[in-house]
Amino acid sequence: MLIRRLVRGIDDRVGAARFTRSALGKVFPDHFSFMFGEVALYSFFALVGTGIYLSLFFEPSQREVMYQGSYQPMSNVPMTAAYSSALRISFDVRAGLLVRQAHHWAALVFLAAIVAHLMRLFFTGAFRRPRDLNWTVGLTLFLLALANGFAGYSLLDDLLSGTGLRVGSAIALSIPVVGPWVVSLAFGGEFPTDEIIGRLFVVHVLIVPLAIGALLAVHLGLVWHQKHTQFPGPGRTEHNVVGSRLWPRYAVKSVSLMFGTFAVLFALGGLVQINPIWLYGPYDPAKVTTSAQPDWYMGWLEGGLRLFPPWEVRFGWFEIPAVFFPGVALPTLTFAVLYLWPFLERRVTGDRADHNLLCPPRSSPTRTAIGAGALTFYGVLFLAGGQDVFAVRFGLSVDQLLVMFRAAVLIAPPLVGWVTYRVCRRSYTSPEGAPPEGAASPGGAPPEEGAGDRVPSHRVTTTSAPRPTATATSPSDTGPM
Amino acid sequence: MSSGQRSRERVIEAGTALAFLVSMLASIGFAVAYWRGGQTQWEGVTAALAFGGLGLGLGLWGVELLPSDPSGKEAVQERHPLASSPDDRAAFTADFVTGEQELARRTVLGGMAAAAVAAMAGAALFPLRSLGSRPWRALRTTPWQAGMRLITAEGRAVRPADLEVGQVLTVFPDLPGRPPGAAAGDTQTLLIRLDPTQFKPSPERAGWAPDGAIAYSKVCTHAGCPVGLYDAVRHQLVCPCHQSLFNVLDEARPVFGPATRPLPQLPLTVDGEGYLVAQGDYPEPIGPGFWAREGG
Repeated sequence: MLIRRLVRGIDDRVGAARFTRSALGKVFPDHFSFMFGEVALYSFFALVGTGIYLSLFFEPSQREVMYQGSYQPMSNVPMTAAYSSALRISFDVRAGLLVRQAHHWAALVFLAAIVAHLMRLFFTGAFRRPRDLNWTVGLTLFLLALANGFAGYSLLDDLLSGTGLRVGSAIALSIPVVGPWVVSLAFGGEFPTDEIIGRLFVVHVLIVPLAIGALLAVHLGLVWHQKHTQFPGPGRTEHNVVGSRLWPRYAVKSVSLMFGTFAVLFALGGLVQINPIWLYGPYDPAKVTTSAQPDWYMGWLEGGLRLFPPWEVRFGWFEIPAVFFPGVALPTLTFAVLYLWPFLERRVTGDRADHNLLCPPRSSPTRTAIGAGALTFYGVLFLAGGQDVFAVRFGLSVDQLLVMFRAAVLIAPPLVGWVTYRVCRRSYTSPEGAPPEGAASPGGAPPEEGAGDRVPSHRVTTTSAPRPTATATSPSDTGPM
Repeated sequence: MSSGQRSRERVIEAGTALAFLVSMLASIGFAVAYWRGGQTQWEGVTAALAFGGLGLGLGLWGVELLPSDPSGKEAVQERHPLASSPDDRAAFTADFVTGEQELARRTVLGGMAAAAVAAMAGAALFPLRSLGSRPWRALRTTPWQAGMRLITAEGRAVRPADLEVGQVLTVFPDLPGRPPGAAAGDTQTLLIRLDPTQFKPSPERAGWAPDGAIAYSKVCTHAGCPVGLYDAVRHQLVCPCHQSLFNVLDEARPVFGPATRPLPQLPLTVDGEGYLVAQGDYPEPIGPGFWAREGG
């Protein structure tokens, strides 16, 4: 009865019942791989929640203080207020360490889910028209997430984070013509400065999260409006969506996934130590730790910096330092190719049609091979980012490992790509017996549903579907009678 | 509905209820753990169970007990064409063009408005300049000056004989009125005692290393990390960030890894009391490269 009064009260004023009713009946297709994006979304929720809590205790200042907290090994050590307050969160704020570690784990999971989501979209062709637009929105979200991850772990002003900023400033410095100014304007002078933590804090807690929030609204709005893709199968065509309705099944499942994500993040936050800043000590520009690795999503850049040969470009006194190529050119090229991929592929294949059915990866051998090769390339770079760790673990010299990784980064991607291509060609038979990569109908509509393709779409079809009633359906009523 | 199906649903209902109960108890457990003084592992486990119980319960409920569609079968929905009808498009274009023509009648006003906005955007760039200072001097120089003593992080001045051959020490300039290690980002320097017979300095660097005490910038020329490790047997400095190796006997030229340039050498001498002092600033910019490093 309350629901009925509430609905009447709101609908009298805004008239939202018609739209929201069709929203309740909206159909979402089911596949495990469709959950990666949701996990990313819910990790972002966790990041915002834990982040707000942390921001109430963190002091983003490089004012020098003497540590007086309960962690004895640091007693009376001079350090910045930022590092000191991070120690306070870790040792003296009750539940502070749990929230801090859950926040850090959430960032790692956020980016892992984004990458998995991106791979799902790529390998199944979900980026094709009309979703090429949303693909670019998603990539921008990916970039923002990377930037905010880096800004976040750089805030704590421990030895590891300071070293990361040092490398970051060297990369920015290497940009021809504008590099020195970029560093000066971003850091407030030559590295190290007293202003960077305060600036990063604003970037990390205000600017980037706002941008992510706004773009997420666009991203999800487009998914909603354009409707989700689906894998081919019985009864599934380019012109329908088969799955479950938003209300109540899909909503309950998605909320379940949200709580499941939170459960994993807090289990990790409580049980698996991450970024133990108290072991690193405060940042001192003249000190450095060995085995200094960034968070995993920066690993490919770290590996690139290590593998790129000592080549710099010189014309007279003009030079392009070596770090420019792996530090600036590689990520720029990577994202340029990702942004342009849907358009490049359209040019090459000539396929300009809208696609709502996904292609199984084996049905597009060329795309899948390119994707597998690219993943191998970034995978080798990621591993190379830990070559000093491998050297210690396996008793190899760093020199040997460097030569091995340099060879692997050149040889492995084409090799993996070629093998992938062969495997796809050999194992895939299209439902219609047509050769793979048919531009007309990748994946192919199931033969028995050929007629369904030509059913004209009517608004009536959607709204005439039977609705669940407002009262909760009791479980015993739901089985087939 | 068959009785087998019904009893299966009973089991799932019971499991779901149990999951919610676990969640509830775990939430209470979390509050207790907090109230008892807080213990990260207990907080984590109880929080995870609280979230996990709710997630599992809702998952079971949603996947096992809720229908995809009131019909009991999978829900099917038609997709609408995304594009507007040609009529709508034409009408939109027409309306827009009508407005545009209205504006275009007064070209001068339009041009002036665009110019005003452009000027405003240009002016808005100026306050950004407050974020940083001119970078060139800071990049090309360090606070090292002629006659400045080399001091350790503790503030101790150093004589060549204080170091054994093969020993390395991080030193900073004795800046007047500032604590030891101030401006370390720029000034950090590695002081290494070598056997003078082991290396032969180039003519322009003759007399820079009294008694085999030789000093190189500690800031890596690759990405700026402190070159923190010294292999006294191979006479190599190792940057722990990206594993560049520099040969100390050969003017710290890079011999392996991604670095392209040698570590700049700080010319040293000894003062009247026998302490090591700098002959001046580094003869070239220290640290990672930039496009105009060698330019005026």
